[in-house]
Amino acid sequence: MSEQKKASQIESAQITRYTADDRSFHWATAICFILLVISGLALFHPSLFWLSNVLGGGQWTRILHPFIGILMFALFVVLVYRFWHHNLIEPVDKQWMKQIKDVINNREENLPHIGRYNAGQKILFFVLIFCMVGLLLSGLVIWRAYFSWVFPIELIRFSALLHAFCAFVLITSIIVHIYAAIWVKGSIGAMVRGTVSLGWARKHHRLWFDEVVKTSKEK
Amino acid sequence: MPLQSLDIKRMSATTVPPPSVREPITGTVAKLIDTTKCIGCKACQTACMEWNDLRDEVGENHGTYDNPRDMSEHSWTVMRFSEYENPNGNLEWLIRKDGCMHCEDPGCLKACPAPGAIVQYANGIVDFQEENCIGCGYCVSGCPFDVPRISKKDNRAYKCTLCSDRVAVGQEPACVKSCPTGAIVFGTKEDMKHHAEERITDLKSRGFDQAGLYDPTGVGGTHVMYVLHHADNPSLYHGLPNKPRISPMVGIWKGLSKPLAVASMAAAAFIGFFHYTRIGPNEVSEKEEQEAVDEANSVNSAEETHHE
Repeated sequence: MSEQKKASQIESAQITRYTADDRSFHWATAICFILLVISGLALFHPSLFWLSNVLGGGQWTRILHPFIGILMFALFVVLVYRFWHHNLIEPVDKQWMKQIKDVINNREENLPHIGRYNAGQKILFFVLIFCMVGLLLSGLVIWRAYFSWVFPIELIRFSALLHAFCAFVLITSIIVHIYAAIWVKGSIGAMVRGTVSLGWARKHHRLWFDEVVKTSKEK
Repeated sequence: MPLQSLDIKRMSATTVPPPSVREPITGTVAKLIDTTKCIGCKACQTACMEWNDLRDEVGENHGTYDNPRDMSEHSWTVMRFSEYENPNGNLEWLIRKDGCMHCEDPGCLKACPAPGAIVQYANGIVDFQEENCIGCGYCVSGCPFDVPRISKKDNRAYKCTLCSDRVAVGQEPACVKSCPTGAIVFGTKEDMKHHAEERITDLKSRGFDQAGLYDPTGVGGTHVMYVLHHADNPSLYHGLPNKPRISPMVGIWKGLSKPLAVASMAAAAFIGFFHYTRIGPNEVSEKEEQEAVDEANSVNSAEETHHE
């Protein structure tokens, strides 16, 4: 087999990780998230108030932020529905977390074989659920235009703090999420084009690779 | 003290100090409301409406003298009538002119996310600049006295300005001018404290042992002060807070959490960048790629053999 042929065979050896619907819901959520981060940080720290210009000024930022938030939550619910069954914690996840140093230092050969998601991804999944629910509930309480008058002032104050806390955890988690996608080459393609190479799957998610290879051959 | 009200001491959501060379040599101003002299005539309410061109909806009688029933974007001051039965079994009619207290440490200003929407002038007046207001309602959460009101019409916050426009040209606030009993007086904060002292001495001589000045230290003192017959229990006066202060939750939210959270998020991004430049990306080598293809093929052929 010529070198060229070999290369093209490798290139074509792609397997589907995310369907078009998976990707659309992911990116719709992500776009909402970016708009919410911009408008939310504008209201959180004075040094970032200039970000409020992105949505058309302070009043527009205040008007749009909660509606985009509701939309993001709805989209996120769909994501959870689509992905939850891959994110259940298993015994191997504990071992993976114990070897986090190997993970960080790219010594993946030392790690136990894992399925579709690693422990880090699963933890992110649950942290996101916690944050999204916290943001939704606290956000409704501090939504001055429609709901705040229903709630006692102490609850509104608590909710403002909770909203900021959940947003902080969420943003920090997503920074890690984005960095992991940049760090582990081939991940961005998974969510942009929907496919990963056989090598990517085998290296990072061996049990998922085994499963996919087996089932695809059975068909 | 003309034009002092244009010098700004503090500005909401602003991280650098405002121009602060000019300082009021005469000190700050204050309005003193003597509840013991108030007859509840509401001339001050009317004067406030007139001067500020405010007309609230004509409401309904709810069985109290409070009219309107609560402060609103159109009613920046409201007389609160409380019926208090004292330990001797006598009824006391406690009347308090409610409105912005113009705190020295204003919770509204601390909570406000819009630069310049709330300012504190060098003379102590806390003023809303509605053109900068974004209508979020954070000032409502920040205020220990439940004062700011958001208009449903324009989604901006309103409250008593202490007639900053009148004070700027050397006039006293409209409510002060209209008060027929002299229960509301206006001047420098020092003068008002002296005046209150004389009133309290007089009240004590008339049997009001607990008479005193309401100038709560929890908010750094206020530029609207009360003389109360029962300074030991301000809450008798329609729930005037006994020990008002900015809620600790607002304190954390608008204090430590702001720099800490922004710094932590920036740090997370930097850690990522340095991880990439120190340890580098996690890539699949061509060899690993080939191994995967081979393994997939072997599974395939094994299956085929099995089927044959």
